[in-house]
Amino acid sequence: MATTQEIQIGDATAQAAAAAEEANVAVAPPAPAGEEALQDIHGEKMILNMGPSHPATHGVLRIVLELDGEIITKATPDIGYLHRGDEKIAESMTYNQFIPYTDRLDYLAPLANNVAYALAVEKLLGIDRALPPRCQYIRVMCCELARISAHLLGLGSMAMDVGALTVFLYTFTQRETIYNLIESLTGARFTTSYTRVGGVARDLPSGWVAQCRKFLEEVVVNIDESEQLLSRNKIFVDRTRDIGHISREVAIDYGLTGPNLRGSGLEFDLRKAHPYLVYDQLEFEVPTGSVGDCYDRYMVRIEEMRQSVLILRQCLDKIPGGADNAAKEPIDVADGKIVLPTKKKVLTSMEELIHQFILVTEGPNAPPGDVYFGAENPKGELGFYIHSKGGGTPHRLKIRAPSFSNLSILPHLLPGHMLSDTVPIFGSLDFVMGECDR
Amino acid sequence: MSARELAQQLKTRFGDLISEPAEFRGEITLQLSDADCIAEICDFAKKQLGFDFLADVSSVDNYGSDPRFTVVYHLYGYGHHCALRIKTGVGEEVSELPSVTGVWKTADWHEREVYDMMGIRFRNHPDLRRILMWDGYPYFPLRKDFPLAGKPSNVPDVAFTNPAPMEGGPFVTIPGGKDSGAREPRVRMPEAEIKMEHKF
Repeated sequence: MATTQEIQIGDATAQAAAAAEEANVAVAPPAPAGEEALQDIHGEKMILNMGPSHPATHGVLRIVLELDGEIITKATPDIGYLHRGDEKIAESMTYNQFIPYTDRLDYLAPLANNVAYALAVEKLLGIDRALPPRCQYIRVMCCELARISAHLLGLGSMAMDVGALTVFLYTFTQRETIYNLIESLTGARFTTSYTRVGGVARDLPSGWVAQCRKFLEEVVVNIDESEQLLSRNKIFVDRTRDIGHISREVAIDYGLTGPNLRGSGLEFDLRKAHPYLVYDQLEFEVPTGSVGDCYDRYMVRIEEMRQSVLILRQCLDKIPGGADNAAKEPIDVADGKIVLPTKKKVLTSMEELIHQFILVTEGPNAPPGDVYFGAENPKGELGFYIHSKGGGTPHRLKIRAPSFSNLSILPHLLPGHMLSDTVPIFGSLDFVMGECDR
Repeated sequence: MSARELAQQLKTRFGDLISEPAEFRGEITLQLSDADCIAEICDFAKKQLGFDFLADVSSVDNYGSDPRFTVVYHLYGYGHHCALRIKTGVGEEVSELPSVTGVWKTADWHEREVYDMMGIRFRNHPDLRRILMWDGYPYFPLRKDFPLAGKPSNVPDVAFTNPAPMEGGPFVTIPGGKDSGAREPRVRMPEAEIKMEHKF
């Protein structure tokens, strides 16, 4: 973390006067040879403090930039402004109590975080393969809705930052529909806390499937419209093509994941490589870029949204129990020691009362051991490493946040670019500080 | 090639330094007995065994037992799609081990975070500074002897350094306490933690 002393930009007029004076002096004697001459031409380097509250940093990211004219010569990211100690908090509560905290990691895709966390705990409990199919389909739909929502936001804000405000308005109109869907499913628009260890909080409400189908019709049109506004737009292409180039090797070396890795040309998706839930029963493609510049990353996100729509359509068709679940397909694992019983049973049956009491006070009794589960989230691989010593709380919970690794490439990526290029680069890396700082 | 075979190759190369591969929930874990060899082993794993992606570096505080810390590396290979976990113990009085930034660039920030949160130092790290907490912060917050509410610190230019008011949350649960006072204390102390472990 840089101290504030390093970023002193004095009085601008005084500096300009001093620079002019220096220039006058420099004219008089013959220009010195070699490196000194070079320094004279370029003048003093300027330190610019970008952030922590700058519209293009999409959160509280601060970057100390060293500028030579308009060219960035050094970039030092300074993170931690949104650090809340989630990992410390997790050690003090039962597994289910931590679910609301996962909403606040990547707060643009809370549903996907809920699912990833629940799957990690279920892997520790050994029930991740025993989830009822209806629950798995609902969770896949949650993940894909979250992906569309997160990419629409990433796309809209990236376009807005490079000057195309219309796209932002288009995508945010569509996100409103997603939030309505999420609200009728979970009861909350933003902080969903929808999954539980061993299942989901509630079944699909009536009419939700029809509503979702209608949304999918609309969003395909919306994606096409947004793409038409951008993909062959001269200003947009000029600002993103061959800007922020990341080669495949560098992307792997810096631990980039998700669309940023695929934009660099590596066809890798955890949903394909290590299918969790029912992803192995669904057909979709993994889009990749060829160059690894900002434009490629943008195109990968556009195409991923289309693939998510395809996945959602398949889920709506194939979901066991159908729209109204007349067959009463379960949405939780049938284990009273993991999933809370219904309130009616608690009030009438001794065994369920004990289960409820133990689950609330002690949490599910997890075995001792280590598990790591990584899920393909909109931003990349969101991993949870749980070190358990047994019992209802983790001894250590480590969150492997994709935005954290994605941002670590900035000191390598930014130097050599113009100052204005930071905006499309940030937009195309599409990070969220909530999960970066945790 | 499976993760177990790759782990076995690592074991063949380094012999007694590395434990037998242990499997839990389909994941292979190797225990490294000498933390000073971690860079060498990671270099071999990347160059010879194709583990080109370091997913994560994290640390565990085993408060009250020896060695106090465990550093955990999650390796992955995009070529063979196998994952491997390497764990190594680090004692409290040393709390230092070689950096793997020379092997994977991504280790830079991960190791800074481990240093910031747990106070474990990495030798030959290019820029070992705090990353999430501010410069000059005197404690390592993820250690078990650091209370959840925080500790006061006298860092200049920082607005809030008093312990957090715990009334009303964040909610602290110690499973299995005898009454609600013991089960949901306002502050979780490391002593209670150790008592809890004996229970299971």
